[in-house]
Amino acid sequence: MLAHAVTIALALFSIAILFTLYRLIVGPDVVDRILALDTMAVNLIAVIVLTGIRMGSNILFEAALLIALMGFVSTVALTRYLMRGDLIE
Amino acid sequence: MMILEAVISLFLVVGALIALIGTIGLARLPDIYTRLHGPAKASTLGVGATLFGSFLYFTFFTEGVSMQEALITAFLFVTAPVSANMIAKAALHRRVKCSENTQNKPFD
Amino acid sequence: MQTTKRHPKKLLPHPRFSIFLLVLWLLMNESLAIAHIVLGLGLAWIIPFSSQQFWLEQSSVHHPTMVVRYAWRLAVDIARSNVAVAIRILRGAKGLQPAFIDYPLTVQHDFAITILASTISLTPGTVSAHISKDKKHLLIHVLHLDNEEQLRHDIYTRYEQPLKEIFEC
Repeated sequence: MLAHAVTIALALFSIAILFTLYRLIVGPDVVDRILALDTMAVNLIAVIVLTGIRMGSNILFEAALLIALMGFVSTVALTRYLMRGDLIE
Repeated sequence: MMILEAVISLFLVVGALIALIGTIGLARLPDIYTRLHGPAKASTLGVGATLFGSFLYFTFFTEGVSMQEALITAFLFVTAPVSANMIAKAALHRRVKCSENTQNKPFD
Repeated sequence: MQTTKRHPKKLLPHPRFSIFLLVLWLLMNESLAIAHIVLGLGLAWIIPFSSQQFWLEQSSVHHPTMVVRYAWRLAVDIARSNVAVAIRILRGAKGLQPAFIDYPLTVQHDFAITILASTISLTPGTVSAHISKDKKHLLIHVLHLDNEEQLRHDIYTRYEQPLKEIFEC
């Protein structure tokens, strides 16, 4: 049962990543693309962890942790880059 | 053991479903500000639920306690609002258009 | 952001943060070996020590039990209202009534404002978008607005008031 659940969850997360890919390509603004990348990183963490369950080893967790870190840092860096100058108001 | 397996499976699949709904929101809502809502919370909660399932699995089916999932989950829940806020700020700064029926627009 | 005053360097500026770092390091490595404890102690000392001039003013928590209750309420709210947003998303954009609202802040503490803004972002339906320079107004984007006054009231009684009690009195 668990093996089936992992497969189903992997499939659902893959579909989710396809949706983020759609938003990444369509845009229309740069900010939408940053949001798509951020969501993609979050979904990728789940995919990595599920792959870990499937392999029966927790050797992949460092990878998941690193992607979580890099996703957050790159989102903040990109948005800061867009916001050089004054904010509104 | 059967019940535990069922609980883990439930967490994995329900988490995946919530995350999928969040990204559907990302794909089909009309403007950047509404799109923010899906990924910022639904995806975080969904991935959190999946990670909790994985935590249960590695704690009860392998030796030792697996704390790294808890760390990743905590990290996601702390950072998700921050990145959502940063993205909203960037969108406001670039004056990305909001959808027509938005009330009380901060600019036109 | 306020300008930080120059203080003379302290040897152990944030003891609780140091303990947190040590525990985090041990959890991350999932081991209690002597080598990890020594390395963790070293990191727990060097990180707060070398970064102390970047820290803003300290905040103190007055009611630890309130923090637990707040966290529990937050968890329940996240789970419950996620369902509402999921239904909205599945229904599509047609019936949606998005809005920006201005929320007047009554908490003045920097850290409390950060927690409040994060709470607002995590509870579905609202994302805090921008804070005014004088820290008195928060611009919130609402996915579907039914009743503006009701929402302000909910945010105030459910989140802001407990935070005020935790950090300020």
